[in-house]
Amino acid sequence: MNEKIKLIDENGLRVDGRRTNELRPIKIEVDVLSNADGSAYIEQGKSKILAAVYGPREVHPRHLALPDRALLRCRYHMAPFSVEERKSPAPSRREIELSKVIRQALEPAIFLEKFPRTSIDVFIEVLQADGGTRCAGTTAAALALADAGIPMRDLVVACAAGKVDGVLVLDLNDLEDKEGEADLPVAYMPNLGAISLLQMDGSLTIDEFKQALELAIEGCKQIYKMQKEALKAKYLAIKEEVNSCLQ
Amino acid sequence: MSSIMVSRIRQKQIAQMIADGKRLDGRGLTDYRPIKVEAGIIEKAEGSARVLLGKTEVVVGVKVEVGEPFSDRPNEGVLTVNSEFVPLASPEFEAGPPSEDSIELARVVDRGLRESRAIDLEKLCLIPGKKVYVVFVDVYVLNHDGNLIDASALAALTALLNTKIPVYMVKDGEIEKTSTYMPLPIKNYPIAITFANINNKLVIDPWLEEEEIMDSRLTITFDKDGKICSIQKGGQGIFTPQQIIEAMYIAREKAEELRKLVVKS
Repeated sequence: MNEKIKLIDENGLRVDGRRTNELRPIKIEVDVLSNADGSAYIEQGKSKILAAVYGPREVHPRHLALPDRALLRCRYHMAPFSVEERKSPAPSRREIELSKVIRQALEPAIFLEKFPRTSIDVFIEVLQADGGTRCAGTTAAALALADAGIPMRDLVVACAAGKVDGVLVLDLNDLEDKEGEADLPVAYMPNLGAISLLQMDGSLTIDEFKQALELAIEGCKQIYKMQKEALKAKYLAIKEEVNSCLQ
Repeated sequence: MSSIMVSRIRQKQIAQMIADGKRLDGRGLTDYRPIKVEAGIIEKAEGSARVLLGKTEVVVGVKVEVGEPFSDRPNEGVLTVNSEFVPLASPEFEAGPPSEDSIELARVVDRGLRESRAIDLEKLCLIPGKKVYVVFVDVYVLNHDGNLIDASALAALTALLNTKIPVYMVKDGEIEKTSTYMPLPIKNYPIAITFANINNKLVIDPWLEEEEIMDSRLTITFDKDGKICSIQKGGQGIFTPQQIIEAMYIAREKAEELRKLVVKS
């Protein structure tokens, strides 16, 4: 095929000028949609993702209700205009798989047993995709759950590590994901030290895997701080509003 | 997956035994059930295999056709993996569009084959950009007794190793089928190894009742050089980083053992 694209330059910098262990610029906002019980928006590099949570609410269809806990449902979906070539809006096999793994990444964080016979529905819409959307989507979804006031053991935060041009890197963009040698998305609950999503494709030795996992967890911890900031920012804004009314 | 009912008392028993390092069916925590591999069971398919993993039974059929390549890979053949949870395999399986679980199964098997470059897809190009071989791998689950991923991945690899494809002659931009056949070009032998995490203990090759009570599941696929080519975590629970790394070393060893069942060196 065509000659290989250089993903790491002679100064050790990546295609977008980042160092190997550097995240893309991240912007997180909470409570961005008024109809949803909870919502969040994340921009990670050029990836732009909205997440919304409805529930706990009555389950439809009814027979899906669980007697001892809430039913968690998750839909990861990419907008037709989110990628270079228009994507059919019908859910692809990839989207169905990702919906499942993201649901399973969020599930251990939520006290589902507090809301038997209800459903909690998580919707993730990728408005623009530039790599790492399952991770950014998970990060946003966890915030939307928290924003909906659903009791959680911890926030879930996700970040990928990988290998490009033989070097382990953090938070791959689309080009690095496609042309690189490995991609390792990880979802983590920092307070519990628990991994709730782990996938990989590519080629890594066990030693490389260990380093990449560590790198991804470090990335998660950085994003975790931003997640909490974003959540606090919402309440700080409310506090300021109240204060200004009282004056 | 299938929500067969496991009574509370049995759940407790299974978990308690595992905590003591034993299993209900007499296996150790890192033992596979008896594995039986048969190749070439469907004559009409270009390649086929049946794998029995304890009572779990999976058949894989490979069909090969000529079609168009993907526009971003004009010089490569196409690999497609599909899986079918046939209703006769379990009371939980229903006819109809593929379930989430069957899509996940197919995609995990697909990733193992693709990422390890098991098939030399570049050798499956007839006319660049126009005509290539298209390899359909269809996973047919016949009896579900747990750990479908490992059984399916093993059956898929065996079937591909057993696949013969018709040779085509290329003449002035046209292709012509000849009466000769050649083996599918295989470069790598990925083996999937699956663990269940039950009360913070790892067990390999979970059977149905263990899957039913497990907190989480981890599948690691190793290629012939002992490199990881795919990972998939499943289930509603979690893993600690230490557990995952522990699983890696066990899986690498087990993959070597399982590979010997299908690859005669």
